[in-house]
Amino acid sequence: MEPVAVERDDHLFRHEAGRMVAALTRIFGVHNLALAEDVVQDAFCRALEVWKFRGVPENPAAWLMATAKHRAIDVLRRERTARTFAPELGRLLESEWTLVPVVHELFGACAIQDDELRMMFSCCHPRLPEPAQIALILHIPCGFSVREIASAFLSSNAAIEKRINRAKKVLAGSKKLFEVNGASDFSARLSAVHRALYLLFNEGYHGASTESAVRAELCGEALRLAGVLRRHPLASTPATLALGALMCLHAGRLPGRVDASGELHSLFEQDRSRWDANLIAEGQRLLDLSAVGCELTEYHVEAAIASVHSRALCAEDTDWERIVSLYDTLLVIRPSPVVALNRAIAIAQHQGAERGLEEIHSIAGLKRLADYPFYPATLGELELRSGRPAIACVHFHMARTLARNPMERRFVERRIAACQSSDSLARSAV
Amino acid sequence: MSEFLYLYRGGDSSGSPEEMQQTMQKWVAWMKQLGDQGHLKAIGNPLEPTGKVVKGKQKSAVTDGPYAEAKDLVGGYTLVEAKDIEEAAEVAWGCPIFDTGGFVEVRPILNMSM
Repeated sequence: MEPVAVERDDHLFRHEAGRMVAALTRIFGVHNLALAEDVVQDAFCRALEVWKFRGVPENPAAWLMATAKHRAIDVLRRERTARTFAPELGRLLESEWTLVPVVHELFGACAIQDDELRMMFSCCHPRLPEPAQIALILHIPCGFSVREIASAFLSSNAAIEKRINRAKKVLAGSKKLFEVNGASDFSARLSAVHRALYLLFNEGYHGASTESAVRAELCGEALRLAGVLRRHPLASTPATLALGALMCLHAGRLPGRVDASGELHSLFEQDRSRWDANLIAEGQRLLDLSAVGCELTEYHVEAAIASVHSRALCAEDTDWERIVSLYDTLLVIRPSPVVALNRAIAIAQHQGAERGLEEIHSIAGLKRLADYPFYPATLGELELRSGRPAIACVHFHMARTLARNPMERRFVERRIAACQSSDSLARSAV
Repeated sequence: MSEFLYLYRGGDSSGSPEEMQQTMQKWVAWMKQLGDQGHLKAIGNPLEPTGKVVKGKQKSAVTDGPYAEAKDLVGGYTLVEAKDIEEAAEVAWGCPIFDTGGFVEVRPILNMSM
């Protein structure tokens, strides 16, 4: 009767949905994804009806999985003449002698763990553009509905539905779920999974949705799936560990980044006592573990940068020289104007605002930052520090028009106010 | 104290996994509250949505359910105690079934005493 286990995982249904769909898709075949989703919905309806009266069972996840398994056996018996199921299981599912033992085996803990990974890899199909991969990951392994995904991305239901339906067609068109063991394109697909999880995490960290619960959930899901990768011997590569490190180190700073009233704080003004020390320690541990082999990925470098920040007691205490050199490395691995902008900020910290401004003006591909609100915001910040509040103010006004959500807008408005008070201070001194 | 039967009718609780979990947790909390407030006589049972209707004088009059329209189908029942029908109805307002478009039928148990 104790609802203990449900409280332990606040998103039990959502998480189990992903695992159940993965296991059922393996059995029914990827072309029967919709059938797998129906069976899962059925299992939840049943849980809901029974648990209402009997309370949540001691092991709710096992209860759900067993229910899905029994439903699967029913479906396989009822529809084996009307449908074809997973081709590689074909005969085993036709005979009553093998059907039940095979399904039992496929619902074993190890099998499900493999299926969860297969599903994640399948969602990152090379024919799918990255936004579609991310939507599909959120929908299937994370168990979010179309409406929930649309609200996280501030997008319309129709747009997300279209994106997911198209992606599902591509998925259903592949003969079977991605085979993790022994696939020749394993490492290429693993990179795509890394990238999708990285973008998913970023969406939570910087993304459009202003509701902090949604943002934290996206980061939480990216962290969880990175953990699924780590637990699999083949997928637990140094890059996987570094990606996990990067996520933990950043997520550890989330409580300081946005305060209780929803105000955004830059790294320089954050209350570092609010950082999550446990997550940061876990990130550090993963970063240490990732330092093997000869491959240095962007995740290693980004995690190293985050690690330097997390060790500093305050912005002034940061080893900026080290950060600048890490950004130099990152620019070689993944050249991008945003990385260059962050490098310029570090240089400004290390060698002064004027030097930072020089660096910004020499960034290649500066035009690509035209819509990025933190580009003019950085210019404003450095101009303000250089004692030119009037110029700074113009940049901040530009940043204000580019702000992607009210949180960013309020952040910039606070800076505009700072320019104005600094300007009037200068005038009164004259 | 008198006894009443709550018949839970209709209500579509399908939705996203997150929504269904929330619905489930609301029900568990409500049942617990019924108990804490001393209204719970017997928690009752959920009912399968299928069944048979047996009526008439001949055996051929057995038909498959559902007997009522789906929106009125009894999904479960609970036996409660309350001072009177007004209180029993008042307590029923806390039921999460209203969130999903269902309703509660409150029926007094016929008393033996005169």
